[in-house]
Amino acid sequence: MSGGKIRQILLLTDGCSNQGEDPAAVAAYAYEKGITVNVIGIIDEGAGKDHGMKEVDEISKSGGGVSQVVYASQLSQTVQMVTRQAMTQTLQGVVHNELRHILGEEREMEDLPPEKRGEVMEIVDDLGETVNLEVLILVDTSASMKPKLPMVQEALADLSISLHSRTGKNHFALFLFPGKRKDADKAADWTANINELTGTFQRLTTGGVTPTGPALKTALRYFEKRLGKRSLKAYEARDLPIEESGM
Amino acid sequence: MKNQGCNLSPGTKWLGKWNRNPYRVIKKIGEGATGSVYLVATRAGQAAVKIGENKLSLTSEINVLRHFSKVQGNVLGPSLLDVDDIEISGESYPFFCMEYLNGDSLLSFIQKKGTEWAPVLLVQLLGDLDRLHREGWVFGDLKPDNIIVTGPPFRIRWFDVGGTTKIGRAVKEYTEFYDRGYWGLGDRKAEPSYDLFAAAMILIHCIHQSRFEKPRDNKNPLEFLIKQMNSEPSLRPFKKVLTAALKGKYKDAQLMKKDVMAAIENRSGFERQPVSSPAPNIKKSRRNRTAPPPRKIREKSKSYRVEIVLTASFLFLSSILYLVGQWM
Repeated sequence: MSGGKIRQILLLTDGCSNQGEDPAAVAAYAYEKGITVNVIGIIDEGAGKDHGMKEVDEISKSGGGVSQVVYASQLSQTVQMVTRQAMTQTLQGVVHNELRHILGEEREMEDLPPEKRGEVMEIVDDLGETVNLEVLILVDTSASMKPKLPMVQEALADLSISLHSRTGKNHFALFLFPGKRKDADKAADWTANINELTGTFQRLTTGGVTPTGPALKTALRYFEKRLGKRSLKAYEARDLPIEESGM
Repeated sequence: MKNQGCNLSPGTKWLGKWNRNPYRVIKKIGEGATGSVYLVATRAGQAAVKIGENKLSLTSEINVLRHFSKVQGNVLGPSLLDVDDIEISGESYPFFCMEYLNGDSLLSFIQKKGTEWAPVLLVQLLGDLDRLHREGWVFGDLKPDNIIVTGPPFRIRWFDVGGTTKIGRAVKEYTEFYDRGYWGLGDRKAEPSYDLFAAAMILIHCIHQSRFEKPRDNKNPLEFLIKQMNSEPSLRPFKKVLTAALKGKYKDAQLMKKDVMAAIENRSGFERQPVSSPAPNIKKSRRNRTAPPPRKIREKSKSYRVEIVLTASFLFLSSILYLVGQWM
């Protein structure tokens, strides 16, 4: 499956949204469109992990993705882990569905004896290594995020090291919110080189409100523009966040 | 996201869902990222069992162990004894049973026995890594916590092989301190040099007895690491080997192993020939140690001669005085 593709939105935020529609609803809609939404909640050193956890968890659950709440200092390892986990989850979902197709509705992966399960996981691992990945990174740049942005930049560079060590291709785009006049501004267009995006953090002005929902919507719209007509048609038939071509 | 069901108290018994092997918990011995480890009693004696956190968490580790058990004279990981599911309050969790490795973790072993063990164990580690790489795998998440020292005779063994990755792929599990990507000294492609970087960091950690943080805004992490090495006198003999490993200069573990062994021999003065490497310190100290004794011997013989001359002249003088006295 060399032409397979996984699409993700990666949201990095430090607080609750306070403007516009419910981000979880937008995330659920994105998932229907074949894009998973992963969320990383960044909290201040010493703060309790429960703070903001609920919304972060909600967005990722409705977006079919993975979430994690961390201190800024742990960001690097978390960002790559969440991206990885979400990929595996998506691929497991695909394989799982294929299996159901073969084994019948009632059968789940865990109903398989351990040896067979191992074989299935090896297939998932293989796919995770070779599948192409598109990640739209959406960074909250409201005022309270300002001191954390150097860490975000470092974490994104680290993510690029991990992903570029794979065989599959990677593409990244970067959006920041709140935007100057809009809900979110495009900081960098699709590129294979993440280091190109991180330069944009230097000349950044931070805003006051946190319109997470509308920002997600902007990101989703931009993602769809890339998908184009051909693949959109393919999505009507299926609800899985992976496009298969060249099996 | 820890599940409560996986906290089994000592004495708990269960039958494997598929293979129907009986198990009895003796005690809990560890908690990893993917599951909990218990010491158990089986039909064949004591063994260790790892129970997964969720339905799919252990599968890749089991796959790796299964590959290893096909390797002749397997020392690469604990041997795999059984793979099955356990039912805890209606939910089924995967588990596997492996050989119980009884020993100290690498760091506590070195704390007990002394840092001179660290290079010796590194040589063992590099030998094992060489075998692993020849099988087409890279360990990935190589760190002291994943290494246990069994014995006597003391021997390092790996027990958490969950991060093991096929050569050429991306390393998925790692720990920042031992990861060359974190230090900006390479990518996370699974290749022998990835493990050798971690092996070098393990030696630095073992002798330093602590992990240091990467300084923020550090332009040259390699320079920083070399400075850390310089601050520890017992690391100096290994500076050349370690620097080469950190730079990714070694293409296979065998070459690094040879250089570590040469550094050990240099350090402890096994060799007559001074070898080019960072030897000046050692050469000097050895000369200091060996040079003085001959001088002492010579001094001793000189003082003998003086005494003989003095005694002879005293006897000569007294005999002359005696003769003069007689003659008068």
